[in-house]
Amino acid sequence: MNVTYDIIIVGAGIVGAACADELSRRGMAVAIVDREWIGGGATAAGMGHIVVMDDSEAQFALMRYSQQLWHKLRLELPDDVEYEQTGTIWVAADEEEMAEVRRKRNYYGQRGVPVEELDAQGLKHLEPHLRDALAGGLRVPDDAVLYPPCGARFLMERAQQSGAKLHLGRSVTQIGDGCVRLTDGLEMQAQYIVNAAGTSAGDLTSGLEIRKRKGHLVITDRYARFLRHQLLELGYLKSAHSVTTDSVAFNVQPRRTGQILIGSSRQYGAEHKEVDHEILARMLRRAEEYMPGLRAMSAIRCWTGFRAATRDKLPLIGPWPDDPSLWLATGHEGLGITASLGTARILADQITGAAPEIPIEPYLPSRMMLSQTLKEPANA
Amino acid sequence: MRNEIALKVNGTHIVVPPGATVAVAVALAGQVCRKSASGAPRGPLCGMGICFECRVAINGQPHCRSCQAFCEEGMDVRTNG
Amino acid sequence: MASSTPDGFDVLVVGAGPAGMAAAVRAAECGICVGIVDDNAAVGGQIWRKSAEEDVTEDAKSWADCLKARQVTVLGGMHVFDQPEPGILLAESSDNRSVLHYEKLVLATGARERFLPFPGWTLPNVIGAGGLQAMVKCRLPIRGKRVVVAGTGPLLLAVAAYLKAHGAEILKICEQASWLTLLRFATSLLTQPAKIWQGIQLSQQLGGIPFLTSSWVAAAHGDKMLEAVTITSGSETETIDCDYLACGFHLVPNIELPILLGCEISDGFVQVNDLQETNVSGVFCAGEPTGIGGVELALVEGQIAGLAAASRIAEARHLFGKREGFRRFARSLQRAFRLRPELRMLAGPETIVCRCEDVMYAQLCPYTSWRSAKLQTRCGMGPCQGRVCGAATEFLFNWSLDSARPPVFPARVESLVAVRDIKQQDPQKIS
Repeated sequence: MNVTYDIIIVGAGIVGAACADELSRRGMAVAIVDREWIGGGATAAGMGHIVVMDDSEAQFALMRYSQQLWHKLRLELPDDVEYEQTGTIWVAADEEEMAEVRRKRNYYGQRGVPVEELDAQGLKHLEPHLRDALAGGLRVPDDAVLYPPCGARFLMERAQQSGAKLHLGRSVTQIGDGCVRLTDGLEMQAQYIVNAAGTSAGDLTSGLEIRKRKGHLVITDRYARFLRHQLLELGYLKSAHSVTTDSVAFNVQPRRTGQILIGSSRQYGAEHKEVDHEILARMLRRAEEYMPGLRAMSAIRCWTGFRAATRDKLPLIGPWPDDPSLWLATGHEGLGITASLGTARILADQITGAAPEIPIEPYLPSRMMLSQTLKEPANA
Repeated sequence: MRNEIALKVNGTHIVVPPGATVAVAVALAGQVCRKSASGAPRGPLCGMGICFECRVAINGQPHCRSCQAFCEEGMDVRTNG
Repeated sequence: MASSTPDGFDVLVVGAGPAGMAAAVRAAECGICVGIVDDNAAVGGQIWRKSAEEDVTEDAKSWADCLKARQVTVLGGMHVFDQPEPGILLAESSDNRSVLHYEKLVLATGARERFLPFPGWTLPNVIGAGGLQAMVKCRLPIRGKRVVVAGTGPLLLAVAAYLKAHGAEILKICEQASWLTLLRFATSLLTQPAKIWQGIQLSQQLGGIPFLTSSWVAAAHGDKMLEAVTITSGSETETIDCDYLACGFHLVPNIELPILLGCEISDGFVQVNDLQETNVSGVFCAGEPTGIGGVELALVEGQIAGLAAASRIAEARHLFGKREGFRRFARSLQRAFRLRPELRMLAGPETIVCRCEDVMYAQLCPYTSWRSAKLQTRCGMGPCQGRVCGAATEFLFNWSLDSARPPVFPARVESLVAVRDIKQQDPQKIS
């Protein structure tokens, strides 16, 4: 049996769901296929932090664009998405990190992102459970938190209302040349296929390099009003940048329920989903150092997940050069929840020939081929 | 051995026999252990430390299973019911 | 909080009910170092829970005495929440944490009551049958209180007798199983004189209390607390004013820790060989987690596990025959108290199923798996980790539960950090 669509999206995570929503609202006949349920992969494992980051100009542009899209969407989000504009505070432990606060303040400020520099007192006032003797911080009030699995489900439901067809519990064996082959023998055809399969994207498209970056999270019982903002240590930037070693950072999030989500860790080369006790303990120790009150809290669950990482730490959004029918929307590493909305927009713009609102070149998959070619002499 | 233990439940003094759990003290004080996520009153269900319905704050520590904790002299018990 | 002290044992037993006590005693008889850890402060488990006012049974007392005589280290008030690596368990109490090293492990984690959702079941004073008994043992005044006992399983009768003996007015006992299946069950006991004797004693204690079969609770009523229950036989219903509803639908084994340790599970129970050893070498399992069979079976299985863990294989083999007899009883128990399909219809759309997160029945209906329901509704995501609603949804929706992850029981953040101490300290054997 052959079924024909304009577009088939492989992967029903939040990125696939956002793409399905955007493309079907632009009038295309869309199908989504996933081996599990909506948002069961990295979407379920992630924190759900809607955040602007500035690792690079390109990262900033996509994150800011996406953060504003979420802000616009907030009134339509159902209650269970738990969208809360908590703001982020980047916590500076010392004067060296305060210098980073000021750099970040200027960078964000120049680009129209509201920010507030906090001194030690101001920080303590906003988050009294942080330990004493921290230097200060930077508050980004537009940042928010949400519950990703329900966010993905909401986007998918909207896509379905626009006519998108959802095929769950179906494993894909092969994609390309306008065809998606499922393990049960069914073949689906479409003008375009979008590989939004997250960490599995590389298994479906040969030559596409996606690395798994493992993370751990812990959630506590309910402790109302203990924490108000998403807090990240500025040391996070140092550790998150490190590509080679395992790293942990203080990164805590207040949930609407009063629960506290404690992160974060980053590991390459860890393929098993089991909890790594060593890194979990390091992560929690780090969190305790910043917030001693976490120590006595009851942790009710730990879990792990895998971020889909690219070599240059930017997502892959656009056509795959080797196959004119194939498009990518993956490689968001830890930023897929925020970036899902921006990703869907610029992917749909490219597919439909509309003018994107931000420059798309930095995210084009073709850059991977270019960098490979350029790297070869050095490797030889 | 003392034949009664005095403690406070939500600030009210109450006396219980030795061997009484905090869950029993809460019941004797005429209180329920907690309000559920949607605000409904809840008390012990399993009575053996599994269900977490009987959580109360004991001496300032929230989320203690009151069915597993024995009353002690001078204990300060707070329900959130 | 006190810092963690690592304890090292030749045989460590998790769970100090009959199976665990028997395992610990038999293992300790040959002079090796044995420890037993339990969430409850005192040994005895649920069935032999000690009451402040009265003595425990002869059996319970003699096993407890043996534990003392054999110098078994009892770690009470501690729950095991993780195994960071084979041979090491982490446990915490209200003010401490422990790193427990073991050579051989016996899992005797017991069972809990199965609860099924029906309208009003979240009201205070709707409580498990065993749960109410435990509360009374912990000094809950029950004299003169009006109690309806409902659900299924032999526990209902034992609880009703206990409560009656302590002055409760038992209004009715509602057993969902039919009279005919109970009769067949009773007949199957003819080979076991001890069981018959227990039955006769029970029926004498329960004399005069209306005992309804094919009958179950349809709803609990009350504003802020239980005021009345409606019971039904499907065709006829009756509403009864009462102070407590003691309600449980037989037992569910506590297999979260065995799953975490990688033990093979089949049909919801831990799989063991003749010597009660699981597929994980050196890890034994005894009592309810291997099949709901009651205290006699638990004692024999526990002894076999304890002997085997102490490498006393020949002595363990001597108990195989005895165990087989009790296993027949366990099988007939399982058949007799099978849940009737009508119980799947009790929950209304707005009936809470997950009590930790207040997830209603109707919210769960669109989902096809435990995992998708969990992710979308938070069902099972609260502190009980799905121990209550998981068993219910297994029956209501046929969902199978997913794997166990650490912590298998909520633990303080500082206790989860304790894993870092493991490599810094060597275990000291307690002698």
